[in-house]
Amino acid sequence: MKLTLKIWRQKNVDAKGAFVRYPVDDVDPEMSMLECLDVLNETLILKGEEPVAFEHDCREGICGSCGFMINGEAHGPEKATTTCQLTMRHFKDGDELTLEPWRAKAFVFVKDLVVNRRAFDHIIEAGGYVSVSTGQAPDGNTILVGKEVADTSMDAAACIGCGACVAACPNASAALFTGAKITHLGTLPQGEPERERRALGMVAQMNAEEFGSCTNIGECSAACPKEIPLEVIANMNRDYVCASFRRRDDLPTPVTPGS
Amino acid sequence: MSNAGVLPQPASPVTFWQSTNGKKIVMAVTGCIMFLFVTGHMLGNLQIYDGPARLNAYGHLLHSLGEILWIIRGVMALTIILHFTATIQLALATNRARPVGYSRKESINSSYASRTMYWSGPIVLAFVIFHLLHFTVGAIHPHAQFVEGDVYGNVVAGFQVWYVSVWYIIAVSLLGLHLSHGISSMFQSVGLAHPRISPLLKFAANAIAAVIVLGYISIPISVLLGIVK
Repeated sequence: MKLTLKIWRQKNVDAKGAFVRYPVDDVDPEMSMLECLDVLNETLILKGEEPVAFEHDCREGICGSCGFMINGEAHGPEKATTTCQLTMRHFKDGDELTLEPWRAKAFVFVKDLVVNRRAFDHIIEAGGYVSVSTGQAPDGNTILVGKEVADTSMDAAACIGCGACVAACPNASAALFTGAKITHLGTLPQGEPERERRALGMVAQMNAEEFGSCTNIGECSAACPKEIPLEVIANMNRDYVCASFRRRDDLPTPVTPGS
Repeated sequence: MSNAGVLPQPASPVTFWQSTNGKKIVMAVTGCIMFLFVTGHMLGNLQIYDGPARLNAYGHLLHSLGEILWIIRGVMALTIILHFTATIQLALATNRARPVGYSRKESINSSYASRTMYWSGPIVLAFVIFHLLHFTVGAIHPHAQFVEGDVYGNVVAGFQVWYVSVWYIIAVSLLGLHLSHGISSMFQSVGLAHPRISPLLKFAANAIAAVIVLGYISIPISVLLGIVK
């Protein structure tokens, strides 16, 4: 099948960007979106042109490296699918696909379809961990965890940090990502001791990174390749409001974005 | 060699009000107060179907509250100011959060109401100001004399002007649109969500919003049709 890829080309954050149309013939319906770009890049290299930059790693939908907007949808039109797992059979012969990078102030532009998602790392550093005692390994199952709690935590832990939630949100909010991390750790007994400090720290960092506000509309959850439910955002808000009232120490200090 | 460039630099703490989450919680609480007011106001208004005596007595009762009425008015004014201030600040933050927009962006899950809150809200606010001048102060009362204390007469005379009724119906419909998202969204903002209950709440929010719209717009429609005169 033949496709036209309309791709955002921009050398770096200071350069002026523009869409460029590339016809790609011989697209195999079994190819993934990234393989389609690989094919295009080989022809570009042979012609002596700059290949299209895009991020990727595992190509199994579990690492969270890949991702860009395909026809106005984060990771493309398929539900619960990352860009690397999106096969070309979902498109028709002759289609034009618009490929655009994630757009948010917190995601600093790098090149073509690549953005820097360091802001997510800062949010994790602000509380996305649990403290454990060193020494001998404890016996397994000494802390009992209910099935429902384990499931809630596990569903939230499925977040791969790809940034599709921010990209799909009309407000460029990172509420689903931060909520997923807070739910993943905060609902388990192991994460309980730091629960309130975690909520205050991660929410503060999320705000310092200048992500937008959550308007509870659900675009993030619909775009999420791991189908993280909106409930995690409520969990974050609940932890945050409880922690704000019960706090005895000074507020946690976020780090400056970009540092 | 300096490592100042790579070491994280501390920023100032983010207070409750400075955080988008905190502002949304304020919006949820103030939104809830306004929702309760709108519901009570509608129930009060529906007494119009019991005749002039009943409605005018109700209006008189409210005015006889004296200081309590002014406390309620003060709370409502503060509520609106907080809700409005948070909206403006969040809208500005949202604009800053995505300086370069998409050339193409599809909405795949969100409701029309949820995406138009920034439009329906200010229009309803403009209507509330008009509404107060129309029926409370009596400063704008086209084609009829505003009579202090004659609630029934003022309502009937006010709604007999077709364009006033149309504006009222449009504004109340937008209020319903605003509420259909707001009633369920306020629970999410303060951290109350449950996979079993949240979908029911979404349905209930739409139903409650529809009942409120129908309750309110039945009055100008009844006046225009001559059922209430």
